[in-house]
Amino acid sequence: MLNALVHLPLVLPPVVTGWLLLIIFGIRGPIGSLLNDWFGVRLVFTTAGASLACAVMTFPVMVRAIRLSLEAADQGLDQAARTLGAGRLDRLFNVTLPLASPGILVGGIVAYATCLGEFGAVITFAANIPGETQTLPLAIYAALQVPGGESKAAELAMVSVTLALIGLLLSEWMGRRLNLMLGR
Amino acid sequence: MSLRVRLRHRFPSVRMDVAFDTPIPGTTVLFGPSGAGKSTIISAAAGLFRPEECRVVIGDQILSDTAAGIWLPPERRRMGLVFQNARLFPHMSVVTNLRFGMRRAAPGPVQFHEVVDLLGIAPLLDRKPHTLSGGERQRVAIGRALLAQPRMLLMDEPLASLDAGRKAEIMPYLTRLKTALRLPILYVTHALDEVSQLADSLVLIDSGHVVGAGPVSDIATRTDLPLAQRDDAGAVLICRIAEHDADRKLSRLEGGGATFWVPLLDVPTSAECRIRIPAREVILAGKPPDAISVHNIVPGEVRRIAGDAGRRSVLVEIALPSGALISRVTPDAIVRLALAPGRPVLALIKSTSIEVLNA
Repeated sequence: MLNALVHLPLVLPPVVTGWLLLIIFGIRGPIGSLLNDWFGVRLVFTTAGASLACAVMTFPVMVRAIRLSLEAADQGLDQAARTLGAGRLDRLFNVTLPLASPGILVGGIVAYATCLGEFGAVITFAANIPGETQTLPLAIYAALQVPGGESKAAELAMVSVTLALIGLLLSEWMGRRLNLMLGR
Repeated sequence: MSLRVRLRHRFPSVRMDVAFDTPIPGTTVLFGPSGAGKSTIISAAAGLFRPEECRVVIGDQILSDTAAGIWLPPERRRMGLVFQNARLFPHMSVVTNLRFGMRRAAPGPVQFHEVVDLLGIAPLLDRKPHTLSGGERQRVAIGRALLAQPRMLLMDEPLASLDAGRKAEIMPYLTRLKTALRLPILYVTHALDEVSQLADSLVLIDSGHVVGAGPVSDIATRTDLPLAQRDDAGAVLICRIAEHDADRKLSRLEGGGATFWVPLLDVPTSAECRIRIPAREVILAGKPPDAISVHNIVPGEVRRIAGDAGRRSVLVEIALPSGALISRVTPDAIVRLALAPGRPVLALIKSTSIEVLNA
C-alpha cells in the first residue's frame, strides 16, 4: 500500500499529482489548512510549494534506486557480519549501507536532475511565478508563448541540456568511483 | 567436553535427521558427497539456518534447543564461521576486516599478532580484499573468524573453491592452527585428502543422515562404511616420531600400537605426525618373509573381510593394538592364506608407500 502510494506519482499524469497536492496542501486542504493556521506556512504558489511538488515527483525515482541497490546487497556478507557479532543496526550502517552507497548516490543525482525538469505538477500546484516557482521547463514554455522569445527559449534549453548532461555524467562518475572504492 | 548436535528438517527433496556427539577440543570433519546436508549442519550450528528441530550444545553451553524454545541468534553464538568463498567486506581493508569481529567481542585468548603470524598475513594488512588471491582471501577470512574470539570454528568447505596449488598453500596454516590454538573445529569437506590431514574425529553424512561417526583411525578403516569402499581408501594413524636413524636414512614412528619405518624425516623426535597407508599398498602374509626389501612387517589380527565385487577384490580390516590398517587384496589371496576374522596376519608395508602428512 505504502509502496503503491510512493510510486503513484511515477505513473499518474503530473498534472493530476499537482492537483492532488493542491487539494491536500491547499489553504483549505486537510494538511494545508493546519500548516497555515499553526505555522502560517503557505505552500500553494510559493517556492516551498514548488520544491514540495518536485520532491513528490522525484521521490519514487530515488526510492526505486535505493531499493534496487539494497536488494542487490550480498546476503552472504550480512551473514558473515552476523557470525562476527554484529547486530541489526550495526550491520545496516557498517555493511549494507556502505555497499549500497553507489546506488543511493546515483539515485539521488538522477532524482535531482529530474527535479530540475519538473513541469506539470509544479505549474498546477505552485503556478508559474518568475523568480519564485518557475522551473526551467516552465521558463522555456513561458518564453515560447511570447512573440520573439525563441532565442531566450533556445538559451534556456541549452542550460537544461547542460544541466541534464552534468547530472548524468556526475552520477556515472561517482558510481564508478564508489564501486572502485568498494573493490568491484 | 563434547559437541552435541541433533537436527531434523524436511527439505522438499531430502529429509534430514542428524545426530552426533564429538569430543572437543579437536577437529571433527563432516564428510560426504555434495548435497548430503553437511553445510546445513554448519549453518544450523552457526544459527544462520533454523531447522524444524535443532539442539546444539557445546560442553554445558546450549546454543539452541528448539524443544525448549532456546535459539541464540548468530550474533550472540560466538561461532566463528569460514565460508567457502571468503566473504570479506569489500569496502574495508584487510586489517579492518580482521578487526571487525574483534571489536565486537569481549577480549579473549586469541591475540591479533599471534593470528597474523600464524596465517602469514602481515604483508597483506593494508590491502583491499579484491587485490588478494583466493588463497590469501581465505587466510584473511580464517583470521577474521578467529579474532572474534569464537568458542568454536566452523569451516564450510574452505578450500573447495581453490585450485590444488592454493590448497597446498593453505593446508600447513590449517594444521598449525589446529595445534596452536586448541580451538574446537567443525570442518566440512568432500575431499579425502583434507580428511586425512585434519580430522581427529569423522562424521560421515549421506543424504541427510549420519552413516558413521568416530575417531578418524576407526572410521577410515571400517570396511562396512563408504570411506573404505573408495578406490583411494587407506588407514590414517596418528604417530609420534620415536627416533631418527641418520645412517640408514630412516625414521621410526610409533602409532596405533605398532612401529613404522619411513624415509628420514626433517622434524624433531617426539613431534606428532599423521601417516596414511593406502589399502592397495598393504601386502598380507601368513609368516614373516626373509630377504625382502620391505621395512615394515606389522603383526595384527583380521577383524573383518568385505567383498568388493565391482573391483573383483576384497577389503581386509586388520586390527592393531590401538587402531587398524586396511588392505585390498584378491579373493584368491584370502583363500591361499586361509584368512578369516580373528586369525593373525602380517601386514607388509614398504616404507616409501607410507604417506607422512603435515610433518
